Amino acid sequence: MNAGPKTLYEKIWDAHVVERRGDGTCLIYIDRHLVHEVTSPQAFDGLRAKGRRVRRPDLTLAVPDHNVPTTRRVTDNGRREPVSDPRSAEQLAALEANVREFEVPYISDVAAEQGIVHVVGPEQGFTLPGTTLVCGDSHTAAHGALGALAFGIGTSEVEHVLATQTLLLKPSRTMEVRVEGKLPFGVSAKDLILTIIGRIGTAGGNGHVIEYRGSTFREMSIEGRLTVANMSIEAGARSGLFAPDETTFAYLKGRPMAPAGDDWQRMVDWWRTLHSDEGAAFDRSVRFDAADVAPSVTWGTSPEDVVAVTGRVPDPDSFADPAKRNAARKSLEYMGLEAGTAMADVTVEHVFIGSCTNSRIEDLRAAAQVVRARKVDPRIKQALVVPGSGLVKRQAEKEGLDRIFIEAGFQWREPGCSMCLAMNPDKVPAGERCASTSNRNFVGRQGPGARTHLVSPAMAAAAAVTGRLADVRELVSP
Amino acid sequence: MTGVTRVEGRAIPLGLSNVDTDLIIPAAHLKTVSREGLGRHAFEALRAVPGNVFDDPRFEGAPILIAGDNFGCGSSREHAAWALTDMGIQAVVASGFSDIFASNAFKNGIVAVEIPQPGIDRLLAISAEHAISIDVEAMSVVAAGEYFPFTLDPFRRECLLRGLDEIGVTLESEAAIADYEKSAPLLGWKMAKPSAERRLALRFG
Repeated sequence: MNAGPKTLYEKIWDAHVVERRGDGTCLIYIDRHLVHEVTSPQAFDGLRAKGRRVRRPDLTLAVPDHNVPTTRRVTDNGRREPVSDPRSAEQLAALEANVREFEVPYISDVAAEQGIVHVVGPEQGFTLPGTTLVCGDSHTAAHGALGALAFGIGTSEVEHVLATQTLLLKPSRTMEVRVEGKLPFGVSAKDLILTIIGRIGTAGGNGHVIEYRGSTFREMSIEGRLTVANMSIEAGARSGLFAPDETTFAYLKGRPMAPAGDDWQRMVDWWRTLHSDEGAAFDRSVRFDAADVAPSVTWGTSPEDVVAVTGRVPDPDSFADPAKRNAARKSLEYMGLEAGTAMADVTVEHVFIGSCTNSRIEDLRAAAQVVRARKVDPRIKQALVVPGSGLVKRQAEKEGLDRIFIEAGFQWREPGCSMCLAMNPDKVPAGERCASTSNRNFVGRQGPGARTHLVSPAMAAAAAVTGRLADVRELVSP
Repeated sequence: MTGVTRVEGRAIPLGLSNVDTDLIIPAAHLKTVSREGLGRHAFEALRAVPGNVFDDPRFEGAPILIAGDNFGCGSSREHAAWALTDMGIQAVVASGFSDIFASNAFKNGIVAVEIPQPGIDRLLAISAEHAISIDVEAMSVVAAGEYFPFTLDPFRRECLLRGLDEIGVTLESEAAIADYEKSAPLLGWKMAKPSAERRLALRFG
């Protein structure tokens, strides 16, 4: 193996090679495996069919999140509220039966710690620097915020990890995304990652692992880093990495599933070596200046369709590439938008604050700061706040954020994936428009015919109180 | 899984770039505990439009789909691959694939053929009238006398040709996995169990 300077990715990769095959394929050990109800039933069935067991249940954690209703889950007399969609109920029940049969640690839908897997993992200290972490979910990239090599896998791979605790993989190429400077007032981690995706495109990171470097990321909180790493997949990269640092260690110390005592010290000593060496070579490098980033919104049906909130809906004819021109025309038709419309004039009927991208305590604080002493605009039909986990919800309630949202006219819900992908009853009706803190504005993502504008939590709050994609900087002052 | 050496037949000239997995199979249809029956929901939003390419009788039962760049971007849902298989698709020819979809396709014996965009443009034109043939062994697409070479990862090609059970292959490395576990930096201490394993007695209704 190359003895010269290594990237962070190469260090983690090298520490997990079980076997090298002739063609560069490696058998890679998986330290952590998160399981949810949607992408696992067929994998457990596969194990049963072949008489295989879960090799390391102790390294596995199952949490239901996609199908769970965000309304009350336990009745006053301590029974489970029925799940209205029988197919959702069947999938939730299948997970519960599987974790019992295979003895997999489980945080049930009615536990206080339940939440979206990508919120629960870091919060419980299940996610650790230097680990390989997988889940049958593309937003697993989020865990890279803590310096874990984390990526989404399909159900066949879920079964492979359950059975062998390994995956057969080829090393990825590496891409450095370097951002320097301080993000301007009103600009969040979400605006930054949207801007990055807008520049490199949704296919730009295919075949690559991104490492986020530079002073902007060093100064960023873990919550902000989770938002950025989470959307690496929207730039095509299966993983996004941050080198672990003092911010990471301070966040993790004392978390229930993190190491403690001597183990903690030993791990921190190792984690301090996990950074790209001076002179390490990346296959590709892109740079941004934080000062150039503005509060951002999407206008189309791809996360790369990004424009500053002060901008306008682009004219499809302005794209040089004929495929892009055609795609933009279709997008505008689906979105019901006219080229040249000012983004800040676009009205919305729904607001969703939640998802594995933006449902952590900082996100709720940022949104509440905008909502405080204001009311949801009467044109808004539905404004939801869905905390990422029960612990986030409890913390927010302790800070009184729930009161701010409820008094303004928001609904304060139970944790889950919710309106990000509309697998539970939280949906945007056809032809209606939603300002959403989630990660994908694909056709039909929030419900058939739903129109999604991706925004930051503060911008979603601004949309709720104005009824349009307002520039948050007009509502709050520095 | 049985091996696949060749896929031949008509090809649906979809041609779109950035076909995301929500478009292939919307989340509403992921509420299944089976791999079967997803084909009728595949490309639902596109198929709802009258005159769409999937309804064209020339492509009825076509085993091949042709698309542009970044096919299968978005979610990791293997349901996208299962839906394609269920609608009879055995190969996707595109100018680029998302990493996770390419992996999922391969695990399900779908041949993901990557050909530069000029070749895709030719194939889109040819497929209107002619069948095409994909040879996995020779790594080539032949259509109306024209020839388009492609490459496959050697391991994936071998698995496709022989229909290998990848988990079975990996389990042969059991000794190496056990050895790794003895020395791995992260496995030297025992992780606590989550404190939330309770209220399991509650039943779903």
